[in-house]
Amino acid sequence: MDLSVKKERRYHSKIHPHKFALWAGCASIVMLFAALTSAYIVRKAAGNWLEFKLPVQFFYNTIVIIGSSITLQASYYFFKKGNAQLYRSLLVVSFILGMVFLGMQYSGWLAMESIGVELAGNPSGSFVYVISGLHAAHLLGGIAAMIVALVHAFVLKYKVTNQRKLRFEMTLTYWHFMGILWIYLLLFFVLQ
Amino acid sequence: MSVVNYDEDVLIKEQGFDDHFHDHHHGDKYQSGFITKYIFSQDHKMIAKQFLITGMMWAIIGAGMSIIFRLQLGFPEDSLAWLKPLLGKWITVNDAGIGTLAPEFYYALVTMHGTILVFFVLTAGLSGTFSNLLIPLQVGARDMASPLLNMLSYWFFFTAGIIMFCSLFLSTGPFAGGWTAYPPLSALPQASDGSGAGMTMWVASLVLFVVSVLLGGINYITTVLNLRTKGMTMWRMPLTIWAFLITAILGLLSFPVLVSALFLVMFDRGLGTSFFLSEIFIGGEALNHVGGSPVLYQHLFWFLGHPEVYIIILPAMGLTSEVLSVHARKPIFGYKAMVFSILAIAFLSFIVWAHHMFMSGVNPFISNFFVIFTLIIAVPSAVKVFNWIATLYGGNIRFVSAMLFAIGFVSLFISGGLTGIFLGNAAIDIQMHDTYFVVAHFHIVMGIAAFFGMFAGIYHWFPKMYGRFMNETLGRIHFWGTMIGAYAIFWPMHYLGMAGVPRRYYRFDNFDTFSHFGQMNQFITIAAIIVFFLQILFVVNFFVSIWKGKRVATKNPWGATTLEWTTPIDGIHGNWPGNIPAVHRWAYDYGKDGVEFIPQIVPLTEKEKENAEDLH
Repeated sequence: MDLSVKKERRYHSKIHPHKFALWAGCASIVMLFAALTSAYIVRKAAGNWLEFKLPVQFFYNTIVIIGSSITLQASYYFFKKGNAQLYRSLLVVSFILGMVFLGMQYSGWLAMESIGVELAGNPSGSFVYVISGLHAAHLLGGIAAMIVALVHAFVLKYKVTNQRKLRFEMTLTYWHFMGILWIYLLLFFVLQ
Repeated sequence: MSVVNYDEDVLIKEQGFDDHFHDHHHGDKYQSGFITKYIFSQDHKMIAKQFLITGMMWAIIGAGMSIIFRLQLGFPEDSLAWLKPLLGKWITVNDAGIGTLAPEFYYALVTMHGTILVFFVLTAGLSGTFSNLLIPLQVGARDMASPLLNMLSYWFFFTAGIIMFCSLFLSTGPFAGGWTAYPPLSALPQASDGSGAGMTMWVASLVLFVVSVLLGGINYITTVLNLRTKGMTMWRMPLTIWAFLITAILGLLSFPVLVSALFLVMFDRGLGTSFFLSEIFIGGEALNHVGGSPVLYQHLFWFLGHPEVYIIILPAMGLTSEVLSVHARKPIFGYKAMVFSILAIAFLSFIVWAHHMFMSGVNPFISNFFVIFTLIIAVPSAVKVFNWIATLYGGNIRFVSAMLFAIGFVSLFISGGLTGIFLGNAAIDIQMHDTYFVVAHFHIVMGIAAFFGMFAGIYHWFPKMYGRFMNETLGRIHFWGTMIGAYAIFWPMHYLGMAGVPRRYYRFDNFDTFSHFGQMNQFITIAAIIVFFLQILFVVNFFVSIWKGKRVATKNPWGATTLEWTTPIDGIHGNWPGNIPAVHRWAYDYGKDGVEFIPQIVPLTEKEKENAEDLH
């Protein structure tokens, strides 16, 4: 698509329509988790609530997802700066960290099961499974976007265009959003 | 009254701006073949028609269901054997040849009627149709921000519909637990026949439906906020656009909450969790579920459910405002008050949900909070009603079908709104809850009223959609019949409700308290059948007019000011053949300085500019 078109069309707005749409989508995801976490609070207040320790994997994983956000941001930085080598390798690192996060979440669920907190047990455990599971499902969307980014990085000829910058920025926004969402969820579980 | 002389082609060429849209070839992606033009179309005008026609089909199915259960209520002793070819095993014919409707299927019909009308007809069919048709045309955009997501929005809706439709043919029947799908009927597959596969398909269908609403809503919001043409400031937007924008925001913030509730229901059903289930015995056997709370589901459901009624009514309000102003040949009264009242209604809609749960065991002190905010909604609603009536006052009214339906909307919104003030009081709700009073209230205020807004929109914008008019005589018969018929159906229900007749019951003739209402129920049923056939008349008028209606001769047949009437009669991809028009004024310059109407594309005169500067 011709970019001069976009420029003139964005007569009023400073933000690209697709980016705006992504933010609107993030708002609806926020509402999904707001609903689940407030359901958690309401249910907890009703009593008959099993207290248990969150698996350590969840805490280590926070470092992993923050790390992947940093490497992805750096990859974008080098993409713009013209360093194709670092751009590609940091993108690969981010992708691997994303997969590690998913794997460790899974091992976290196994750890919960091994201490007797089962999905079909007390709702306190069920909530943790469902909320972290839905987060992982949304993270898969970010993984899919990163796969597209990887294909672009390794198949297409390296070139900084506005179109590719936009695409990268949107992947980046969503990935950071997923990271912040996880930090919120973890803090919620710990503080609640 | 003088007429302003303008030539939109010249104005758009001189004043509009060139976005180089037609420099590129779009033919391969859009409208080149039958499939890309009529089926997997990415053009907002075609997607609007798809939403509308799919919505009409669902409306016929949903209304047909209501006729079947009305027959049962009005004539419980009479044979329904003649329905056996349609309903099959759900009609049992005894030795004397008397056919009876299976009670569990009666409940399934009530459930499906609600689900279909609320979600498929009045959400997708109403805001899906008109947001798609009008947003790009009225804000001056070539298409939606993302035509692809827009197309997906329709196809998710279509798939949701297919799943729901298939569930009607299950041997255990579709879901039968009320459109609100409260646990335990929704959360325990073994709770009733409809709670099994029927409920599974109901959940699957609704989740896909929410995806459709979100994809559509994201697009509507982005298009309104980012793709408005030059000069189209927020305060120059027609009220239709304001209504669609706020509707989309409501949907974006409330439907995810429904999804979260449905996810938890799915876990309870399939994976043995106990979010909503607690200490239940079925067939004398204790289930494993411990510690769940069914009231929690109600909180989550109504957090969507209440904004949902405004998702239904706000677009109808927007369409009504526009139609009233155009056909009264007057500016809408209190434009800014209209916008602020939409915003106020939208905000309040998020903090009143528990008024659906006064009798569900909510703390009465918490109920107070919800009573107060519920009653406050009367304020912005009354502002709107006042402004509509003030718009009509002294107007040079053209009583075309669209206008009749818009005026009818105002009437219904008043009658239905007033009963809302009764129901919003927790104390009165002790008597009224779950009675026909509630049924009468919400059918008038968000069912029939929303339909009237939709009809006003269809009659008014049909020339824009198909380049032809609908038949005016049939339109007026449709209006008067539906207006009188709708009141005939729902007015008596208020009395039933005050007498305590509960909703969703299969028959009343064997209750001493209610059996004397038999004739009233017969009357309601007969009125419902007449109104149903009047809607068939509308559908016939609609489809015949697509091919046989009177051709539109000029671009702007109603003498309206908004941008959609500057586009070619037969819509083209990209909406305007050359430049995008620029906007110089608000959408309601009717009767200004003795001129009948001045379109938004006409630049300000010297005198107007002077006056505008005085204001600053």
